[in-house]
Amino acid sequence: MKRVSLMLALLFALSLSSAAQNVTLLNVSYDPTRELYQDYNAAFARYWKAKSGQTVNIQQSHGGSSKQARAVIDGLEADVVTLALAYDIDAISERAHLLPANWQSRLPNNSSPYTSTIIFLVRKGNPKQIKDWDDLVRPGIAIITPNPKTSGGARWNYLGAWGYAFKKNGGDENKAKEFMSKLYKNVPVLDSGARGATTTFVERGMGDVLIAWENEVLLGAKDLGQDKFDIVVPSISILCEPTVSLVDKVADKKGTRAVAQAYLEYLYSPEGQEIAAKRYYRPRSEAVARKYGNQFPKVKLFTLAEIIGDWQKTNKIHFADGGLFDQIYQPQ
Amino acid sequence: MTFKQRSILPGFGLTLGFTLTYLSLIVLIPLSATFLKASSLSWAAFWHIVTSPRALASYRLTFGASLIAALINLFFGMLLAWVLVRYNFPGKKIFDSMVDLPFALPTAVAGIALTTIYSTHGWVGRYLDSIGIKAAYSPLGVVIALTFIGLPFVVRTVQPVLEDLDKEMEEAAASLGANRWQTFSRVILPSVAPAALTGFTMAFARAIGEYGSVVFISGNMPMKTEITPLLIITKLEQYDYAGATAIAVVMLVFSFTMLLAINLLQKWSSRHHHSGGTPEVVEGEALHAPVYAEA
Repeated sequence: MKRVSLMLALLFALSLSSAAQNVTLLNVSYDPTRELYQDYNAAFARYWKAKSGQTVNIQQSHGGSSKQARAVIDGLEADVVTLALAYDIDAISERAHLLPANWQSRLPNNSSPYTSTIIFLVRKGNPKQIKDWDDLVRPGIAIITPNPKTSGGARWNYLGAWGYAFKKNGGDENKAKEFMSKLYKNVPVLDSGARGATTTFVERGMGDVLIAWENEVLLGAKDLGQDKFDIVVPSISILCEPTVSLVDKVADKKGTRAVAQAYLEYLYSPEGQEIAAKRYYRPRSEAVARKYGNQFPKVKLFTLAEIIGDWQKTNKIHFADGGLFDQIYQPQ
Repeated sequence: MTFKQRSILPGFGLTLGFTLTYLSLIVLIPLSATFLKASSLSWAAFWHIVTSPRALASYRLTFGASLIAALINLFFGMLLAWVLVRYNFPGKKIFDSMVDLPFALPTAVAGIALTTIYSTHGWVGRYLDSIGIKAAYSPLGVVIALTFIGLPFVVRTVQPVLEDLDKEMEEAAASLGANRWQTFSRVILPSVAPAALTGFTMAFARAIGEYGSVVFISGNMPMKTEITPLLIITKLEQYDYAGATAIAVVMLVFSFTMLLAINLLQKWSSRHHHSGGTPEVVEGEALHAPVYAEA
């Protein structure tokens, strides 16, 4: 259905673009950015109209991050992609050659205009006294986190835990492995996506703690029910860097390179950064970060590069078939 | 028997051509693309993927749970069909329409609803939990979901056969001295068996391919409650197209062999039942049984 409505939207968009003053962009994104881009698209359209006189109409598509990347690989004509993992954009470059391999160096901050981190949600009053990653591996704790093989968010959860164990044990991989194995022994359900895991924790009442994106937890705090849950921030966590990129071949074909490029660059502008902060993504701009400092919990953050390296390496060691995650369930 | 049978109506060439083209476009070409993609793997790599312990565990769960669910549906589907055909009670039309609901409902909705009810805090789940049975997030949950989505098949195939069944035959059986059990097992059962078997096959086939409802209720734990379609999705999420199609090919071959075997069994049973001298009124009914597409 989503595909069909997208196709219709595209056809509609194409018929519109014949009028020279109108331009249409398709932004293919992942699930939790829905609210962010709703606001941002309106702001960018205003900015672009004032700057160039063109009316820009931005179509959004949301879904699981790697599913979205696959759609672009299979021919969905996205002018820009804004996905959860750099790995997914790498896949588009590698498999469909729609953008150059060095795409990540084309925009500031490794093409990651806003960031987030991984924190915990527990039952009201924190009955199991969960304060940090260490408490998760205690016997009798039930943890809800989705399957890192099918969910981008779950990979960040996994890497947050791995980074904690890796740093705490002074870089001893075997100790970290042991920690991860204990942690996943405490996971009773592996949902296929992040939203599914939230439902399992909130609606089904399963588990003592939910590991989740900070922006999802903060954004949903009201909807989830503040009287039922508490937010717990661990001592350290991972800096999640969702990335954005122009899809060169598509933009050139459609003649939208200039506007698509401006669309991504404007994310780094004060206005773009402020919109991200309002939707609970941590801004890169220090001025904006200071202004919204109170809404983000203080937590020491480490990057993926500090604990493992790039995504290709991360995927090979941890998530590929027979990797560390598989070994937890299937000792070799 | 000749290749082309004489018929009063013309159009053999046209209809055969249409049938072949249609089947090719809708079924054959997409499926052969699967085989083509899988053939990009070497034989050793293919074998390694499809016989990994995790894949084997998922086949066991998928085919085992589908078989159990189809058997449950066979039994209760016949019961339901019997009640709906033979008795009159207020609200019968409503119950009759309810049977089709599992077709109309998006499978994700079914999965979420079932999970809500059968999880440890749910309406039914909490009572099962108190006697030590874990329904959601266990293989039992998978069976429950598959039973739900397969419910209409047996009911809808058996119903028209039962409707056409003459009451006089049962009366004749009784007047010839058959007891109730004999009337049922010697007169009614042979008549509905081909239709019931068709329904069973469809329910079974439908269950093997089911994904949407199961992923919500199963818990998706590797080696324990992971169904084969989920394993395929997992591989796709990692851009492992060849690995995903390798598992898909195994499912295809398995399913096709089983469906073929059941079809042969059905043919054999109806021929067998022919020579037994039972009335042939109902013979063709299995063919008229409605065929449903996935909702």
